Amino acid sequence: MLKKNILIFLFSILFSNIAISSGGHLNLDKANVNVKDYASLQRGAKIYMTTCATCHSLKYVRYKEMAQQIEMVDSSGDILVDVVKDGLMYSGGKITDTILSALSKDDGDKWFGKAPPDLSLVARCRGVDWLYTYLRTFYKDDSKLWGVNNITFPDVAMPHVLLNYQGLKGISNDNSHHINLKLVQQGSLNEKEFDLMVLDLVNFLSYVGEPHQVERRQLGIFVILFLSIFLVIVYLMKREYWKDVK
Amino acid sequence: MDKENALKSWVDKRFPLTELWNDHVAKYYAPKNLNFWYYFGALSMVVLVLQIITGIWLTMNYNPSAEGAFDSIEYIMRDVPFGWLLRYMHSTGASFFFIVVYLHMFRAMLYGSYKKPRELVWIIGLLIYLCLMMEAFFGYLLPWGQMSFWGAKVITSLFGAVPFIGDWLMEIIRGDFNVSGVTLNRFFALHVVAIPLILLGLVVVHIISLHEVGSNNPDGIEIKKLKDENGIPKDGIAFHPYYTSKDAVGLVVFLILFSTVIFYYPTMGGYFLEAPNFDPANALVTPEHIAPVWYFTPFYAILRAVPDKLAGVLAMGVAVVIFFFLPWLDRSNVKSIRYRGPFYRMFLTLFVISFVILGWLGMEVPTPEKTLLAQICSFIYFSFFFLMPIYTTLDKNKTVPKRLT
Amino acid sequence: MNSYKMNLNRRKFLTNTTAAVGGIGMAFASVPFIGSWLPSAKAKALGAPVEVDVSQIQEGQKITVAWRGQPIFIINRTQEHLNVARSTSNEQLRDPNSNESLQPEYARNDVRSIRENILVLIGLCTHLGCVPLYKPKMGELDSSWRGGFFCPCHGSKFDFSGRVFKGVPAPTNLSVPPHKYVGSNRLIIGEGA
Repeated sequence: MLKKNILIFLFSILFSNIAISSGGHLNLDKANVNVKDYASLQRGAKIYMTTCATCHSLKYVRYKEMAQQIEMVDSSGDILVDVVKDGLMYSGGKITDTILSALSKDDGDKWFGKAPPDLSLVARCRGVDWLYTYLRTFYKDDSKLWGVNNITFPDVAMPHVLLNYQGLKGISNDNSHHINLKLVQQGSLNEKEFDLMVLDLVNFLSYVGEPHQVERRQLGIFVILFLSIFLVIVYLMKREYWKDVK
Repeated sequence: MDKENALKSWVDKRFPLTELWNDHVAKYYAPKNLNFWYYFGALSMVVLVLQIITGIWLTMNYNPSAEGAFDSIEYIMRDVPFGWLLRYMHSTGASFFFIVVYLHMFRAMLYGSYKKPRELVWIIGLLIYLCLMMEAFFGYLLPWGQMSFWGAKVITSLFGAVPFIGDWLMEIIRGDFNVSGVTLNRFFALHVVAIPLILLGLVVVHIISLHEVGSNNPDGIEIKKLKDENGIPKDGIAFHPYYTSKDAVGLVVFLILFSTVIFYYPTMGGYFLEAPNFDPANALVTPEHIAPVWYFTPFYAILRAVPDKLAGVLAMGVAVVIFFFLPWLDRSNVKSIRYRGPFYRMFLTLFVISFVILGWLGMEVPTPEKTLLAQICSFIYFSFFFLMPIYTTLDKNKTVPKRLT
Repeated sequence: MNSYKMNLNRRKFLTNTTAAVGGIGMAFASVPFIGSWLPSAKAKALGAPVEVDVSQIQEGQKITVAWRGQPIFIINRTQEHLNVARSTSNEQLRDPNSNESLQPEYARNDVRSIRENILVLIGLCTHLGCVPLYKPKMGELDSSWRGGFFCPCHGSKFDFSGRVFKGVPAPTNLSVPPHKYVGSNRLIIGEGA
């Protein structure tokens, strides 16, 4: 009895801590990513290639496999090579290439202080909630090189690349404990539209972090189902043999 | 004589195949009352085999250089067909190995399986545990992530605390002035070849020494004391087919839990695969929070609880090594907790609680309050062992029955 | 008695079922292990088709490009070379009609190429895999030599279409890789028509 209780105690601790994020003390907004929303992933890919890829490589991702995995395919399942090349590949190259940025590490160090990191694993390292919040909490700060700072990542060296969409926010001067951002310059999207755009991008980065996650979950169903059926069979066999034992 | 028997006979004249099969499986008599706690030895063996097979397959694509290691893991995760599955099986297997081994060791503490005549089984088992800890430590450096690098830096720097030869020791373990590609390459050799070989050898010796004296059981009664006219223990049953079939059930249940984690929670919220390790190793930037993987955290908490570096290292060392002395610290003439008095039950419960709390504390950032709690729990932890000769002598034990219940 | 016998059958049935289903499980479990041995995305990328601009090859010149780790010879044959190729007597060749040799259907003709003048060959001797030398000049090897390829490892000789001569160790003609033309000058090696 005692031992069973100890075991239950141990397991409850283990599972109650599953939701720990790497963020720590920050209030992060929840990003409702859905890596099976292929339309969203494709929009996110487009946003990434047009706004991010100039500085941030995705060196572990290949255009070809990515196109296949986010369903940029025709009815017979072949990749839409031209759509990929025209819509996503802005520096030429082959469809089997990995996604590299044109910015060299030296130039990156020189212009930004620290070269823009590769983002293949950023969703696994920082988490999707962090990314979603980060991209939406830039604010006006004239003391900085690019005129912006960020609540989630203070003193970040990155400019606000999505400024034209979100507009520019400034810190409002109410004396509340909580930092309030107010729009000081309009962007082309309203808040809701911008949030959806960022969600597409974060969704894409979540997919990029682990491209096989959909396949993983699908295979899991089959494996666990098979094992459950096997469990019944094995148990019946065990019970039959143990009838001998008094 | 039919073909199968002819073949068996040919082999038996040259290799004791049937004899080994009988001695260790078909005619090895184990107590008939083995319960839930007895699955974990067999499961440990299964996990060992799984780790070796998935490990070999990972080695086919892994690159053990500082420049290539991190990239090769992502290559395995993305480009190698089913590489992601091999990786997750191995990383989940590492954590499950410790879950299974800790439960296996706990069984021994519940039922006194370390007591005479099984002291050697226990000692060999602890040597296996030590090898397992080294294996996990060496293996953790291989992905060459931030946590890999800094974890190795912290642990290898502990050796610097040894008086007189500390710095030399640190340098010879690392093979370089700092943890570097040199360290990585040698840890790779140790992780893939050296320790697995030692582990396999120790497991064989572990089982042979167990079979020499026979398995213990939840009542702590020696079944060999009561044999029937054929020399078979009255409360014993043949390992095959009874425990082979029972362990098969245990195995499938285990595989369901194992698969649930692999396919749905491979990172286990950052406990099995830590988020900072998805960031390549950078000798110039320390991550916000360095913590060892969960299975080391109880000992890490003890290390940090002591304010002095060398004393902390010694305390951590004693916390592991003290287990070797358990057969002699325990003065009780009763093996199983079922028949022990209240003192042992209380101390064992306190031990478990303090171990779990220390485990949690080892993951947290230290604060004055948490350090105090760690010190209290360490005190309880050590009391379990150091006071044992006293409270096991004083304990009012119950009468142990002659036959299994 | 009766119930005991039934139990034995039941026991056998359950054990066999367990073994069978377990066997199926093991077979499924082996899929990721064996599957991981298939070429990875990186291998497939590196093995992707190679493009060559044939207008850059001078008459009579041979260039070598790498495809899937193999040397690929591309020769811009002159009219003379073609005449020699066509006039080589079948008596001298081991496989004059390329029946035993490896080439795509579109290269199974008298000059073993899609375009008459451009010859595309896998530059590995079909004996033991050395890289043959291009010997286009008359009399270069001996007085009867009219041009072709010569393998220095064990002396195999091939004509101007890569066909193997009799009396040498190589068993078949030099192989032709899958290839096709896109536009007037682009030759793609690794993809067939």
